[in-house]
Amino acid sequence: MSAPTLPRAAAAMLARDLRLAWSRRGDTLQPLLFAVLVVALFPLALGSERARLAMLAPGAIWVAALLASLQGLDALFRSDAEDGSLEQQLLAPVPLSLLLACRMFAHWLTGSLPLILIAPLLAQLLFLPDHLLVPLLLSLLVGTPLLVLLGSTVAALTVGLRRSGMLLPLLALPLYVPVLVFGAGSVMAAAQGQDWLGAVLLLAAGLTLALVLAPLAAAAAIRIALP
Amino acid sequence: MLAVARLRFDRNDTCVFGPLDFAVHAGEALLVTGGNGVGKTTLLRVLAGLLRAGEGELSWRGEPCTRLPTEGIAFVGHLAGHKADLGALDNLRFATGLHGCRHGASPTSALASVGLAGFEDVPAGRLSAGQRKRLSLARLLLSPARLWLLDEPYANLDRDGIVLVDRLLARHLNENGAALITTHGAYAAPPVRARTLILEAQRVDAESAA
Repeated sequence: MSAPTLPRAAAAMLARDLRLAWSRRGDTLQPLLFAVLVVALFPLALGSERARLAMLAPGAIWVAALLASLQGLDALFRSDAEDGSLEQQLLAPVPLSLLLACRMFAHWLTGSLPLILIAPLLAQLLFLPDHLLVPLLLSLLVGTPLLVLLGSTVAALTVGLRRSGMLLPLLALPLYVPVLVFGAGSVMAAAQGQDWLGAVLLLAAGLTLALVLAPLAAAAAIRIALP
Repeated sequence: MLAVARLRFDRNDTCVFGPLDFAVHAGEALLVTGGNGVGKTTLLRVLAGLLRAGEGELSWRGEPCTRLPTEGIAFVGHLAGHKADLGALDNLRFATGLHGCRHGASPTSALASVGLAGFEDVPAGRLSAGQRKRLSLARLLLSPARLWLLDEPYANLDRDGIVLVDRLLARHLNENGAALITTHGAYAAPPVRARTLILEAQRVDAESAA
């Protein structure tokens, strides 16, 4: 019952976002459903030939994860801007970047983590060889937080626009491309019996950098973008 | 508590208000009045730090500063700032986590004192406009801030609500707080020690009239 501390503010922010995600669980699960649908279409389009599907599997799952992470990104900060919550977050006596980092983490927890949990099933759907499951899960575990961090920063830039429409994907996709290349590439490398850990480590390096810079950049972007 | 000198704000090279000189002392309210569009809300947003002033000097408790300390101010604007899907009590709990909590206050008691007892678990989106305003007032009650920045606090409230705002204001000022309140004068002024700052419409420039 006193002044807000950083841990308490962060916990409040995280609890609020998780509670909101739970109260709109139908919306929250949409990215997951979308990814499952995309992956399920591949066997229908390509036929059930094992070898061909197995070859495409890493790329298909990664593209599905990437497209799924674009879902809900537009509303991430805009919903808060529209009802005035963002104003209150700007006026809180804690750094805005900390609050945004919590929001990004909650967004990853609710949007991307379920997808990683269900990824073994998707891998089965496309006959991904069992020994490639570890590289796939590891690359997703390191790559999806990076996608969320990059995407949220772009979403923060467009928060002042009434509707960003295609602008958000257009701005975000160039930043997503290296993540896709190294993420899917690591699994492909493992499939060819090459060293795959290098690509994952490079993703991890990018993630470390983005963990520090993305919340700061997003906070600066919101301060500029808010009318 | 707060002193402002030569404060002025421009939007696209057009002066919105100013230059203004005024001060708000502990235990008193400053009523900012004026017609629609004279920059009352903009003034409040500049003081809250949501907009950057074009020029002017601010001082907080005698110390010059570039923006007011966030822990010292509580802002209630036109946007309520509640999440529509969260219950009234959850919204207040989040606010106390973010802004801190006034000594001796609790979200439950604050809800009761704005007349929303029994609405603890009702999502804010299902409250009426007046009830949402009351929820904002409850957030204000919980805030440990000394200076309240209130944008049209009487809007959407019924007669009881207007009395409630007056009572909360009187209590806050008695506890050595201060308040800056915008109002377009259609409602009765609060019965507290208050001064009035009248904003006037800026002269219309030739190019904006054309």
